[in-house]
Amino acid sequence: MSTPDKPIVMCALCNRELEPAQVNVAYLGNAFPVELLKCPTCGQVFIPEDLALGKMIDVEKQLEDK
Amino acid sequence: MEQNELRALEEQCIQDCAPPCTAACPIHVDVRGVLLEFGNGDADAALKTLRKTLPFPGIIGRICEQPCRPVCKRGDVDAGDGGKDAPIEIAALERACVDYGALKAEKTRPVPKRNKHVAVVGGGLSGLTAAHDLARKGYIVAIYEAIDPLGGRLWSYPEERLPHSLITTEVGAIEALGIEIHLNSPVGEALTLNELRDHNEAVYLAVGAESGATFGLTRDAAGRIAVDPVTFATSRDGVFAGGSLLRGHHAKAIDSIADGRRAAISIDRYLQGVSLTAARVGEGSIESCLYTRTDDRASATIIQLDDVRGYTRANAQREAQRCLQCECMECVKVCEYLAHYKRYPRKLVREVYNNLSIVKGTRYSNQLINSCSLCGLCAEVCPTDLDTGTVNQRARELMVDQKRMPPSAHDFALRDMAFSRSDAFSAARNAPGATTSDVVFFPGCQLSSASPEQVEKVYAYLGGALPEGTQLGLLLGCCGAPADWAGRKDLFAENLSGLREQLRSMGNPKVVLACSSCMRSFKAHLPEAQVISLWDLMVERGLPEGAKSGGGRAISVHDACATRHEAGLQNSVRTVLDWLGYTVDELPRSRARTTCCGYGGVQWLANPEVADKVVAKRVEEGPADYVAYCAMCRDFLARGGKPTVHLLDLIFGTEGGDFETEAHRPALGWSERHENRARLKRQILKNVWGEDMDGPDPIDTIQLIISEAVRARLEKRLILDEDMRRVIAHAERTGRRLIHPDTGHFLATHKPVAVTYWVEYAPVGEAYEIFNAYSHRMEIVEDPPKQGQNL
Repeated sequence: MSTPDKPIVMCALCNRELEPAQVNVAYLGNAFPVELLKCPTCGQVFIPEDLALGKMIDVEKQLEDK
Repeated sequence: MEQNELRALEEQCIQDCAPPCTAACPIHVDVRGVLLEFGNGDADAALKTLRKTLPFPGIIGRICEQPCRPVCKRGDVDAGDGGKDAPIEIAALERACVDYGALKAEKTRPVPKRNKHVAVVGGGLSGLTAAHDLARKGYIVAIYEAIDPLGGRLWSYPEERLPHSLITTEVGAIEALGIEIHLNSPVGEALTLNELRDHNEAVYLAVGAESGATFGLTRDAAGRIAVDPVTFATSRDGVFAGGSLLRGHHAKAIDSIADGRRAAISIDRYLQGVSLTAARVGEGSIESCLYTRTDDRASATIIQLDDVRGYTRANAQREAQRCLQCECMECVKVCEYLAHYKRYPRKLVREVYNNLSIVKGTRYSNQLINSCSLCGLCAEVCPTDLDTGTVNQRARELMVDQKRMPPSAHDFALRDMAFSRSDAFSAARNAPGATTSDVVFFPGCQLSSASPEQVEKVYAYLGGALPEGTQLGLLLGCCGAPADWAGRKDLFAENLSGLREQLRSMGNPKVVLACSSCMRSFKAHLPEAQVISLWDLMVERGLPEGAKSGGGRAISVHDACATRHEAGLQNSVRTVLDWLGYTVDELPRSRARTTCCGYGGVQWLANPEVADKVVAKRVEEGPADYVAYCAMCRDFLARGGKPTVHLLDLIFGTEGGDFETEAHRPALGWSERHENRARLKRQILKNVWGEDMDGPDPIDTIQLIISEAVRARLEKRLILDEDMRRVIAHAERTGRRLIHPDTGHFLATHKPVAVTYWVEYAPVGEAYEIFNAYSHRMEIVEDPPKQGQNL
């Protein structure tokens, strides 16, 4: 059972919670700022499935046709 | 693509050609459009369409000689009285438009007046038409008619054929255009052509046949006024002539109208000071270039016409519905891709060209271009042999040249090709102990993927079937088809030169091919190689011992689209089936007219929806189970729900598999395809050449546990086991991974080349259980964005 406060993912390397952070993602020379969960220690970033298969794919397709 | 190359291809598609009725009509009335609207019960719309080209529809509807009728395609379908052709009663339907339709009062745009005067001599149909057209263009027009009233020979028709009141109404209507009318004003003595010409910028002479007047103009051999056949210009500047004055007493009414219209075009151009002759192709009665298939059309009841009363409204509608609505669409009828995009080639070629021309902006047609299977069926059924696939193939090459091919479009197929070319699969061996080969077996990538055990059996069979002493080699590799489909000329050429070099080093042996795509690649691009299909070779050398009999079972052959023109190969396939004891139940579309399975041109990757439609249509085509002789066709048809066997499985049988099991065997996943290729190389090199390959790639030792549900999801997402193994290896080595505290599952990511993979997994003993995986192409970068918006 997960409680609303419990983080969905943690950094297994640093054993700490990920925190929201401004990250830049890029494709075909176009970069975009996006807020993602990131490990404050080692910098690992979490890209969730719904983002990867939703908005990200849409933007990838748009950029590919540009 | 060059502009002229495009033009030529566009021109080759005849779908936009005028139908026979319109082409034969010298003023090109849109008969098909009029009849469609009338047939739909919209007489008003039909009249409106008719009026766009026809100036006096009520009159013409009663007296037209109908050059459109003898060419009407309905006449090819329906037989009327005495077995004679029964084309549509076109003129009667034009009359019905006037009888039952009404023109809505529309806000007419006032025509800008041009301060130029035109005199029209003669108030018959030709002069009236010219006056009508020129007045509508804004010229100041005056008609000079020798008698009273206007109408010329229209008055010679009997009242019941052409009621006088109708002449008065329709002819009288032109007064509303502001045309000045001089009745009882013959041109000749009291009023001379010289005077008219002096007071007008142009003159149209349309005085009728009986006058015989020549106005001092140059005459032709028959003594009539000589005119340019295109422009109707006489020998005198600014003076034009047409109608029965030129054509004589038997001039058709519709020809007189056409002359008036064409002369008006010339006069307009003359007064604007532009070329009289430029771009006037297609004026007057012409032969239609449209092809319309009629042998598949049902006959319809012919609606009897009362010549005097015309049709009742209901009967006119029924007669209009007999119109075949002529069109070609032969390719669209057989191609799910064209049907899906609602395009015929002429439109598609233009769209492809426009897409290639976009420099800055979105290229909306990329997917259209990549979704074609390049199967060539369109060219087979096209009356002018236009191959839309060639257009799409060329477009892909240009997209690559322009660096505008979407990276994701062909990436998966190209990586699959790269795998085939890698050491994991690629190999060239002469027979054990030999330094050259007389014959080499080239199984290709997808047969090796689907049936590695059959490849070994074929190699063994060839060893026994070929003449004693034949040195039989083996060549594992790729023919380059995925590069060709991706428009990657560079990669295709590089692969081809590799093959050429391998064959040369083996002494240029004869190549035995088991795959249709390989056959096409070799024949088209390695013409110097001597090739033979496995099926032809089997017919030559006989079947292997112990082939299981089909016991007369009916089976339908799905011919591969890549070998649609290989009639000999197709015959051999059928001979082999006959020898095996199967009865071939031919599909309606087979041999040269076979369809693609959805794999060709990577249609399945670019547009799974279209590929599914292609397969769905194909599997419906015949009741018997199918046999394919291409490994991909077999799997794509099986995935579409059709029990399908591969020909090799019938010949060699499968381990414990009877026909039913084989026909229902599920299609292979992409990970298995890679593994099978690697296993084939390992095994055949060991079994035939006694070679032990170096230990397995350490990556391959990572054992994965994947449930069926997860496997299906990964297959859809095109995520291979080797991709996930790399992610896990990377995570386990670096310790960089995330964890779901709830489940204890790790979540790791890695980007081997262009795609970033995420894998959710948990160690289970020595193995790893996979719970999920997904991928994306965007990557996380350190630098702040220079452009773009918030995601």
